[in-house]
Amino acid sequence: MQKLTKRFALILAAVIISLGSLSAVEIKKIHFLIPGGAGGGWDGTARGTGEALTKAGLIGSATYENMSGGGGGKAIGYLIENSKSNHGTLMVNSTPIVIRSLTKVFPQNFRDLTLIAGTIGDYAALVVPAASSYRNFKDLVSAYKKNPESVAIAGGSAPGSMDHLVPAMAFKAAGADPTAVKYLPFDAGGKAMAALLSGEADALSTGFSEAVAMEKAGKVRMIAVTSPERVDAAPNVPTLIEQGYNVTFVNWRGFFASPDLPSNMRKAYIKVLGEMYSTPEWEKVRARNGWVNIYNPGDKFMGFLAQQEKVIGDLMRELGFL
Amino acid sequence: MLDGLLLGLETAFTFQNMFFAALGCFIGTIIGMLPGLGPMSVVAIMIPVSLQIGDPSTTLILLAGVYYGAIFGGSTSSILINAPGEAAVVATSFDGYPMARNGQAGKALTIAAISSFSGGTIGVVLLMFFAPALASFAILFWSAEYFALMLVGLSAISAFAGKGKVLKAIMMTILGLMLATVGESSLFQAPRFTLGIMDLQSGINFVTLAMGLFAVPEAFFLAIDKIRGEKSGSKKSQEINNLRINRKEAKSIAPVIGRQSIQGFLIGVMPGTGATIASFLGYAVERNLASPKERKEFGKGSIKGLSAPETANNAASTGSFVPLLTLGIPGSGTTAVLLGAFIALNLQPGPQLMQDRPEVFWSVILSMYFGNIILLVLNLPLVPYIAKLLTIPRSYLIPFVLFFAMAGAYIGQNNSTELLILIGFGVIAIIFRFADYPLPPLLIGFVLGQMFEDNFGRAMRNANGIQFIWERPMTLILIFSAAIFILVPLIRDWLNIKKK
Repeated sequence: MQKLTKRFALILAAVIISLGSLSAVEIKKIHFLIPGGAGGGWDGTARGTGEALTKAGLIGSATYENMSGGGGGKAIGYLIENSKSNHGTLMVNSTPIVIRSLTKVFPQNFRDLTLIAGTIGDYAALVVPAASSYRNFKDLVSAYKKNPESVAIAGGSAPGSMDHLVPAMAFKAAGADPTAVKYLPFDAGGKAMAALLSGEADALSTGFSEAVAMEKAGKVRMIAVTSPERVDAAPNVPTLIEQGYNVTFVNWRGFFASPDLPSNMRKAYIKVLGEMYSTPEWEKVRARNGWVNIYNPGDKFMGFLAQQEKVIGDLMRELGFL
Repeated sequence: MLDGLLLGLETAFTFQNMFFAALGCFIGTIIGMLPGLGPMSVVAIMIPVSLQIGDPSTTLILLAGVYYGAIFGGSTSSILINAPGEAAVVATSFDGYPMARNGQAGKALTIAAISSFSGGTIGVVLLMFFAPALASFAILFWSAEYFALMLVGLSAISAFAGKGKVLKAIMMTILGLMLATVGESSLFQAPRFTLGIMDLQSGINFVTLAMGLFAVPEAFFLAIDKIRGEKSGSKKSQEINNLRINRKEAKSIAPVIGRQSIQGFLIGVMPGTGATIASFLGYAVERNLASPKERKEFGKGSIKGLSAPETANNAASTGSFVPLLTLGIPGSGTTAVLLGAFIALNLQPGPQLMQDRPEVFWSVILSMYFGNIILLVLNLPLVPYIAKLLTIPRSYLIPFVLFFAMAGAYIGQNNSTELLILIGFGVIAIIFRFADYPLPPLLIGFVLGQMFEDNFGRAMRNANGIQFIWERPMTLILIFSAAIFILVPLIRDWLNIKKK
């Protein structure tokens, strides 16, 4: 009899807890799913975010799981297939989820997941050697219009990915043929930079924060950044917009949750990530990694991704990648 | 420079910095011994911890220690159980493991430690005196030249093309090159040859392949030999703990160490290559320079063949600091991670670092002398104990080898499918061994394959065709020397046969 009461009490407790989760919830712990191996960009983002959240006391604990495979596709598939048991999981991802869904490398796309927020980002930049005769993007455009083959552009990723799409977008906005870009793909930004300095490439397409570091070393010069306005980290670098080319581009990183996440939990995740920005703990992590705060929560994130998907999709179709 | 040096000396040899240099070396060498976690992951893991120290010189001294410590320790599993945990120590297993099989594990570990120490130390000397001057050397090569350099590296396979095995070695190399094309390359975004298996989309994982080809069959043959009742020489096992290198041996590896320190360092300086290429090239070059008698030993337990890659990979990892410190370019994965640490510390690696923060620049370089000595002191006394692992009964050794292989394949990726791939390659490798096909050429082909293809593709794109081969004299010279490397031994052998 006593046993039965005990069991009843337990069931009651469970019911109360599950009822409680339907109303406002507080996130106590987050399990971060990282679609790549240790030491990569996704890994750093998830672990840095988890570190800031726990140290600031916004959540109690954070756990991490590296699930590589399929260039990130395996983790997406896992989160969708095991949706019910993964309400406590946030997956980190970035611009490639848009590009890879378009190229059908990923069978799913971001609409199959619950969007939490884009948290950080990086603009793209075009870089030339310090002694180059190209003073601004206009010079590069006129050389390109004369002979596209004379402008070799290096980048740290495969053709059809960000580093290739940015110059193609910019040339297109300048009224030139975006398909003629002579793009030299390298498997790392550092190697692309070496190719720029060795004279193999005439310009380099890379991330803004990487370019800031390179410019400080004194060997190269940025001729354009894809931000809407000039960025404090390099106030002397003109945007493409102010040079007369209507192009902006952000390589974002952000978090996704399983497809059937209850809406109150989604709100709670968004809230906790939003609160993170004002903490000194986050500022420390952000500064350490050189990240730019670009916060796109919830529905705003969806609008942003749909817009990015359209721009990139149109361009990739024109370039023949789709 | 002298002022900076003195300032660096003052900074590097404080108690705190010496302690952290030693700590970094210790952590690096211990974790480096485990396959699966290469120097890059170890350094990446250590960065958040090391940033807590606060002092930039100390943080970087610690991280640098972790880096070269990991390279130092990486050779152990290659030599003892034929399980190279990362690409830079594959060449070490070619002769290191046969030596261990012959009962010379202690000697092999000692030679590896001394070669690593010498390569590292000579590398630091070069780094200290020539770093600024070498900045222009780091950006000398275009994709066309890197392509040619890979050809030179591929000539290392001739070491395994012994009697009647030429065709087999070539077939294995081609198979390796083919395996390297699996997954997405940096030239195409589309996945190739993945058979629809998502885990293959990023290509075949190096550690999984190396463990499958080398360690898994090793465990299998250890088991088989026992059933057959073979004893791998009980007399030999007495020699296992013998660390002594006699004068003749010291004399024969001294020139190898001298040459490979410089060659390895220079290859490390170039951003498109690194410790792996340096070790293969070192192996190939030393084999070609060796006398015909010594050449026969390569691949079967040559001390020169062990010393060459071990010297070269350590010298190369020191050399990879040149583009980072003088140009701000990370030439390898590990230095890219280190660049992140510099930025987190508000330091800008590049030409001004030497002027703006001489104490950081020089103390990091100077600490490497101390670190290399620490590594030698740490490793040499451990050699007899580590070597003793091989004297334990096979029934205990086999699960140990398998555990190492599986842990190595799993750790880096955290992906259980890697284990299935590991077993698959293991089974294939066992069949190849029964049919007497040499496996190292497969791995050489695989490691060089992707860089080979990428550089070829880029050079083609840049020149709009194959004329890149003769457009730059430097490319021609390198391709010519690759041809010599491949052809001269063949011609020499052919002439010898004719004479007889």
